[in-house]
Amino acid sequence: MKIGVPREIHAGERRAATTPEVASQLIKLGFSVAVEKDAGILASYSNEAYKAAGCEIVTSAAELWARSDIVLKVRAPSAEEALLLDKNKTSISFFWPAQNPELLKQLTASGATVMAMDSVPRISRAQKMDALSSMANIGGYRAVVEAAQHFGRFFTGQITAAGKVPPAKVLVIGAGVAGLAAIGAAKSMGAIVRSFDTRPEVKEQVESMDAEFLMLEFSDEDGSGEGGYAKTMSAEFIAAEMALFAEQAKDVDIIITTALIPGKPAPRLITAEMVASMKDGSVVVDLAAEQGGNCELTEKDQVVVRHGVSIIGYTDLPSRLAAQASQLYGTNLRHLLTELCPEKNGTINVNMEDEVIRGVTVCTGGVKTWPPPAAKLSAAPTKAAAAPVPVKVEKKPSLFGPIAAAVIGGLALLGLGAVAPESFMAHFTVFVLACFIGYMVIWNVSPALHTPLMSVTNAISSIIIIGALLQISSTDEIIKWIAAFTILLTSINIAGGFAVTRRMLEMFRR
Amino acid sequence: MISAGIVTVSYIAATVLFILALGGLSNQETARRGNWYGIAGMTIALLATVFGVVTQHYELLLGALLIGGSIGIVLARRVQMTQMPELVASLHSLVGLAAVAVGFANFMDPSVHHTGIELTIHDIETYLGILIGAVTFSGSVIAFGKLSGRIGGKPLTLPGRHLFNLGLLLAAIWFGREFVIQSAADGGLEPLIIMTIIALVFGIHMVMAIGGADMPVVVSMLNSYSGWAAAATGFMLENDLLIVTGALVGSSGAILSYIMCRAMNRKFLAVIAGGFGTAGGTTVSSDAEQQGEIVPIEAHETAALLLAAKEVMIIPGYGMAVAQAQHTVFEITKALRAKRINVRFGIHPVAGRMPGHMNVLLAEAKVPYDIVFEMDEINDDFPDIDVSVVIGANDIVNPSALEEPNSPIAGMPVLECWKGETTIVLKRSMATGYAGVQNPLFYKENTRMLFGDAKDTLDVVLKAL
Repeated sequence: MKIGVPREIHAGERRAATTPEVASQLIKLGFSVAVEKDAGILASYSNEAYKAAGCEIVTSAAELWARSDIVLKVRAPSAEEALLLDKNKTSISFFWPAQNPELLKQLTASGATVMAMDSVPRISRAQKMDALSSMANIGGYRAVVEAAQHFGRFFTGQITAAGKVPPAKVLVIGAGVAGLAAIGAAKSMGAIVRSFDTRPEVKEQVESMDAEFLMLEFSDEDGSGEGGYAKTMSAEFIAAEMALFAEQAKDVDIIITTALIPGKPAPRLITAEMVASMKDGSVVVDLAAEQGGNCELTEKDQVVVRHGVSIIGYTDLPSRLAAQASQLYGTNLRHLLTELCPEKNGTINVNMEDEVIRGVTVCTGGVKTWPPPAAKLSAAPTKAAAAPVPVKVEKKPSLFGPIAAAVIGGLALLGLGAVAPESFMAHFTVFVLACFIGYMVIWNVSPALHTPLMSVTNAISSIIIIGALLQISSTDEIIKWIAAFTILLTSINIAGGFAVTRRMLEMFRR
Repeated sequence: MISAGIVTVSYIAATVLFILALGGLSNQETARRGNWYGIAGMTIALLATVFGVVTQHYELLLGALLIGGSIGIVLARRVQMTQMPELVASLHSLVGLAAVAVGFANFMDPSVHHTGIELTIHDIETYLGILIGAVTFSGSVIAFGKLSGRIGGKPLTLPGRHLFNLGLLLAAIWFGREFVIQSAADGGLEPLIIMTIIALVFGIHMVMAIGGADMPVVVSMLNSYSGWAAAATGFMLENDLLIVTGALVGSSGAILSYIMCRAMNRKFLAVIAGGFGTAGGTTVSSDAEQQGEIVPIEAHETAALLLAAKEVMIIPGYGMAVAQAQHTVFEITKALRAKRINVRFGIHPVAGRMPGHMNVLLAEAKVPYDIVFEMDEINDDFPDIDVSVVIGANDIVNPSALEEPNSPIAGMPVLECWKGETTIVLKRSMATGYAGVQNPLFYKENTRMLFGDAKDTLDVVLKAL
């Protein structure tokens, strides 16, 4: 089948849906790839590079759309582009079906198969196709670069002949993929980084990047929603959170906000007063500008200066790192196409039984298939939740087991003590104590030495030779010869066991 | 002749030395000293007994000691490290046989006199000592046969084998009662012999029913039995040194068995009951679905991958032992480390046929032990590993143990090598491991299969490096 990659027509979009490198891998899957002239030019991929990778360069967009079976794009098809799709074509791009119901309706009617890269289910198998995470990662990195651009100081602290420079303090709100990328970038530039998130489980991830995780004093509340996203919090929580931000705003130089709640406008976290309280020359980067912004003063797609603070509201941060974004997005697409084409024969099979493919497909053959059935999506979490249950059931009787065993053992010992003579009990005491010593000593043995342990215990257990030695002086001929035979056997064991242990231990060296 | 007091003191010294010997094995630094403690303890115990208890037949004793000792040393010199499990199993059988012999000799010894309850207890001790000894003996012989390939590794699952075992147990108890009754009337040899035969049959049947993958458990279990046999003999002879030593060895073997069972996520009883892999018959059909495409790789491509890597993990299995590839593996390791590539070894507790088998082989090849790691130490590092090399291992790297709840090996901890960048699996063919389970690792996208004898292919890899 033929894959077509048109030039992005959305104003300001610099990314391309494939790179020469990815295209050559697509060709290996059996597809042929056509690229519209200058499709990658803004992301620094020349037409020649595509040609060298084995792609056909098509001059006219109309011709490309007409000849392609699969159209790869970054942005959703525009209304005009949508007209070029028909029931034999498949379109793969970001789509945002919830925000574009009209477009979805139009494409459903056309009979085309449409796949939305923003609808990849969040399961581990689909991580390699998770274009949202790829883009968020780039956005987080770029946010720091933009902040540095507008921040008139170093990030890193220095002591120079001309005086001491304090390090910049960066607060990252929301430690998702973008937030963590921002933490990493800011940290590697030398800033002091703090981070806040309503989901307590990300504390570890934040601390693993050497940043400080800000905790709310009162919080027992867990902000984790479904699919690893955050959910709306209670009023008390928000009040405490706002107090924390107000206090931090006075201290930090740069605030990067990445707080989003799926399907809702972005939460308002940084008020005008907080901005006013920040030092002059500070920077706020609002990664939620598209959804209305986390900062009250954010203006979408603009950089504004309010109360001496630069507020950056760009919504196209990934596109500002076009080469990198194209490469990651193209690879995400390639992984999806690999899933769609398991035979590697250049034809795709839209297998709606597959959880990932089902989740991505928003319409096919004239039927709207979005949103995907919830049961299928939540299958993974329920499975995970179901798994521990039988374990718990098993654990209950296992508590009863040892108690019963202890009781039976105790009764047996009592019975033994009642009938056994003194001398036996003395030996028995020794036996029980020796078992415990063995238990304590053996647990310390390094697993690497288990084989030498076995050969040495084997040699030691030949102490049974003592029994034969006690018997060999017997006047009874049979007993004498049995004892001699036993001594023969056990001495093989003693010499062999110790010698082989020695040989093995000699070999262990650093 | 030395006095009984001196003998007892010597026994105490021997006991302490034995405990120190086992304690010394807690790490590689002190292990050699530990072995010397063991030798010293044994020597003291022998000398004290010979000079304190034995009154005649010194020439016979010395002859048996010398002949046996020479045989032992020759065995220990000649054995190849890959054959360690066989050697250990055969040595266990000797302890078992010795316990049986000492038990019979003691029973026939006219100089031993007990009455009343003491006689009953003594009889039970004798009976138990012979019983455990006989099971250890025949079980070890079968284990030896299985490990050396003289007997097939497949579990023998007779119909109604649990009933058969139960029958043997009940018979052993009944003959034990008979023995105690007849012994009080100066008889009892017959039930003792019948019981010995029953115990031998039980030992054979028990080990025959256990599959190849469970061999580490069997070997350590027999290790434990040989200890309990010595302890029971100690009770019979009223000798504390035997009791203590037997208990030490017995609990050591028991702990090893427990560690091995935990490493396979199996219940000890389930292993003993035998028939591993047969219970999984129902899941075979679902395994077939998981099949996909495998990607073979050539030896020189493997070399290129290794050279391009920064972090390499080598996961050896029984296949490395079979192919005797440990020396080549170390040559490769040296070549890579010289190029500043970090090579480490990841060892699964049940890799090979006995506890610690892989460590011994790597030590033989002079791999420094500080780059050899246990599964628990390195399992979290796999995401950072560029290339994992799996040499002749299968079940211990099977992802279905974690992902497939119906798999017969479900829940067994495994080395999660598929989380790394690339995994190269060296294998002779696509056959399944001991557990008889398909391994989805081979079909993963980032897995490459390098077919052929491990030693030959690794030699080619080494040349390419």
